[in-house]
Amino acid sequence: MTLWWIGNIVLLLVILPVVVVLLRGVLEAAKSIVPSVQGIATVAAAGSEDLDAAALLLTTQDQVQQTVAGLANYGGSLDVILDDAERR
Amino acid sequence: MVAVVAAGVVMILAVVLIVLALVYYLVSTIVQLRRITAGLDEVIAGVGEIVQKSAPVNDVVTAINAQLDAGVDLLEGLLVQKAGLHDAVGLVDGMYPGAAAAGLRNFPESTEIDAPRIGEVYTKGALTLARLGREAPIAAASPAGAVLRNVEGGSLAARQLYPDVRHTSPENLPGSPVIGADSPTQYEQRDDIGAPRKRLPARRP
Repeated sequence: MTLWWIGNIVLLLVILPVVVVLLRGVLEAAKSIVPSVQGIATVAAAGSEDLDAAALLLTTQDQVQQTVAGLANYGGSLDVILDDAERR
Repeated sequence: MVAVVAAGVVMILAVVLIVLALVYYLVSTIVQLRRITAGLDEVIAGVGEIVQKSAPVNDVVTAINAQLDAGVDLLEGLLVQKAGLHDAVGLVDGMYPGAAAAGLRNFPESTEIDAPRIGEVYTKGALTLARLGREAPIAAASPAGAVLRNVEGGSLAARQLYPDVRHTSPENLPGSPVIGADSPTQYEQRDDIGAPRKRLPARRP
């Protein structure tokens, strides 16, 4: 009978507090992860929006190609013009 | 009997308390884990968009760089071909002071050139364009304005184009040639000097 009471006391004063402390630790750790994950999600969304202009690189590539082609034509014409002018 | 019942009640109460604590904290943990899962889903979606949008960037930027490299090669080649490497370095340094130290990309020897102060006078290309007439871009800018370069008083700028010419460092140049009868080198030597005197034809009495 005495051992039963001792077991009850141990159950109430030792086992229950230990279980509560351990579970609270797990819960606090899980709660601390949530803001970090939400922050990462916000940053990822912002980064994705920042890359919306990446599609314009195709237009930039086309324009650079046209510019270099025009530069080549202009350089060739300038080469001929300078040669003619030096012969005069 | 009463003591046994009381001990049993206390034990059941303790077990119920433990189970309640387990339920409360475990359910709270499950809720937090679900929020974490939802947040990670948003992260995965955002990262997936980033990966998808940035996938062609590498190839496009590489192609743009290759095309710009071709443009730079074209301009450097044309500049060096028309102005010469020496004046080309001076022209680039005139437009971008200090750029002569970096030199031209396709001409490594350009870094060793002492850049002329070509910004003080006009380049060969500019003068050639100016000679083309009013249709030339350099003249079309101000066809009725003052002359672009004072050809009478602008010789100093032309002489200062190169830093190591006679007027800046005469001690490094060879002396003027000595001329005259006693000069060590006789120029335009006559063939008849020292030769037998020609006999004149005899006079008739």
